[in-house]
Amino acid sequence: MTALDERRSLEQRLRPRPAPAARPVRRRDRSLIGWVRRGGLATLVFALPMLFVFSFYSWWPILQSLWMSFQKTNLLTYQFVGLDNFINVLSDPVLGRAVLNTAYFALLALIFGFPLPIFMAVLMSEVKRMKGFYSALAYLPVVVPPVVSVLLWKFFYSGSESGVFNTILGWFGIPAQPWVQDAVQAMPSLVLEATWAAAGGSIIIYLAALLSVPPELYDAAEVDGAGVWHKVWHVTLPQLRGVIFVMLILQIIATAQIFLEPFLFTGGGPNNATVTVLLLIYRYAFENSLGGKYGEATALSVMLALFLAAASFLYFKATQKWSTD
Amino acid sequence: MSTTSLKVARLVRRRPKDEVREPDADRGILSTYDRRRRPVRIGQIASHVFLMVGLVVVGLGPLLWLAKSAISTTQDTIQQPFALWPSGVDWANLTQAWVEVEVGKYFFNTIAMAGGQWVIGLIVATTGAYVLSILKPAYAKVIEMAVLATLFVPSVVLLVPLFITVARPMFGPSLLNNFLGVWLPTAANAFNIIVVKRFFDSLPQEVFEAARTDGAGPFRLFASIALPMSKPIIGVVSVFIIIASLKDYLWPKLVLPDPGVQPLGVRLPNIQSQTELDVTLAALAISTIIPVVMFLLFQRVFLRGAGLGGAVKG
Repeated sequence: MTALDERRSLEQRLRPRPAPAARPVRRRDRSLIGWVRRGGLATLVFALPMLFVFSFYSWWPILQSLWMSFQKTNLLTYQFVGLDNFINVLSDPVLGRAVLNTAYFALLALIFGFPLPIFMAVLMSEVKRMKGFYSALAYLPVVVPPVVSVLLWKFFYSGSESGVFNTILGWFGIPAQPWVQDAVQAMPSLVLEATWAAAGGSIIIYLAALLSVPPELYDAAEVDGAGVWHKVWHVTLPQLRGVIFVMLILQIIATAQIFLEPFLFTGGGPNNATVTVLLLIYRYAFENSLGGKYGEATALSVMLALFLAAASFLYFKATQKWSTD
Repeated sequence: MSTTSLKVARLVRRRPKDEVREPDADRGILSTYDRRRRPVRIGQIASHVFLMVGLVVVGLGPLLWLAKSAISTTQDTIQQPFALWPSGVDWANLTQAWVEVEVGKYFFNTIAMAGGQWVIGLIVATTGAYVLSILKPAYAKVIEMAVLATLFVPSVVLLVPLFITVARPMFGPSLLNNFLGVWLPTAANAFNIIVVKRFFDSLPQEVFEAARTDGAGPFRLFASIALPMSKPIIGVVSVFIIIASLKDYLWPKLVLPDPGVQPLGVRLPNIQSQTELDVTLAALAISTIIPVVMFLLFQRVFLRGAGLGGAVKG
């Protein structure tokens, strides 16, 4: 008998025998007591906190928003008004402004804020020493509460000669700028602050992604005579493309909901130059002296939600693909 | 699914150091040979200088400036923003902010709000994940889909209906000016449940089987096995929840209109418009202290959690 045969016979003996077919299947006790005895009640107790908060504060409001966008309401009485809310919102002259501003913010954030973290992460992962220290420094602005950063930057942006940023510009002989007080400069100023507040988080994600690039690829590229730049361009960036795509969609989702910066820096001014979609929703619902236009606010929310859901769906597909790659 | 949880597990647990590795197995773009080349060495030094100067100025600079200005006089801050205390240190700002502007009271509100949010959020995330990952009742799949689906609906878009649900609930009293109005809605966080669930999924199932065989019930399994084995992920989720609470502005502002219960973050814009600059800056500095100190203490957990954010979300 060869070793192989021996092993095979051993396996045969060790393999569990098929259960006898005649064994009577115990009928599942379908009564309430049987359910409790099998731990059904205990399971439900554990599921209860989740079911409670999700039913009341997530699933129900989602349904309610669909219903409310067709209602006129002062919170006491509800009246079906068909598509009136949507028509009112779409005919609001500020809406076009808000959509354009939000898109402009998103575009500026992509140009200034998107490549920077990739660049920083590649640099930080290659210097080897002090990586932890650099990561901590880069992440520090992310933990500062956004209200604090905005109010602090609002002071930095002071338009006077001795404003903080204007003093710095003065060292280089550049004249004082009006920053957020000027309709043209306001939006880029908001983007600058938002980038400062968010870049650290992206850097950390890219650093984690860089660890998963297989080192063999670099070895192989070197065999083919690739220099440092070639390796960055032809190995690192293509390997990161999944993460880069995910971050792109995440950023679009985040910038479409930009609220705090315009709300606290400029309140939408000067001359509506920084009104965003979410700020408009907020104004409809909570800043109306004639009582909240809750219907209009929800109608606009639903439209924004459809856009964001499409973006999130892409994102979900991308993460799935990325994690199964 | 399983590859994703592996990825999470790898990010969550520290990478094993004792693994046998080839000499340069964890190399990056630069090879050992590259590192010996002159232009690369100069580049390395230049990168260090750039990173050090850039990150200290940009990342730490504004906070150091805030710390300095919190104890400067208004005159100094406005006229010479970069001078170090030309007319002396003004410690009175801090006490003035704490007592006269009542920052102390708001500070306490901030802690109470974050504490409750932490406890309720953790209860929901761990019990929910336990049901979905380990108890797996017949309806678990349905709930999981319903929970996952909420990730596609941005919370901010639910602003108005959620506000109405909290202000005028179907039954029971209005939760306006009640911390529960912040605690409960923020606990409905699909992301935290999914993160904990994936961690539970990666735990060795044999341990649970063995405990079941020994007669442990679902409560015992939860308290004595699932929770103690999940300390790392509970740390990460705790940081998520507390930092989210400290950073939140719009929701607590809407739910807590009464200044008496508002957290410091919500109160700051009003403080700024009503108070002298030096005292305002002192208040800003005070509200930065908790998150920054937390970050310095639990840096590793923060950075691990931040990396996790990109890897699992969705």
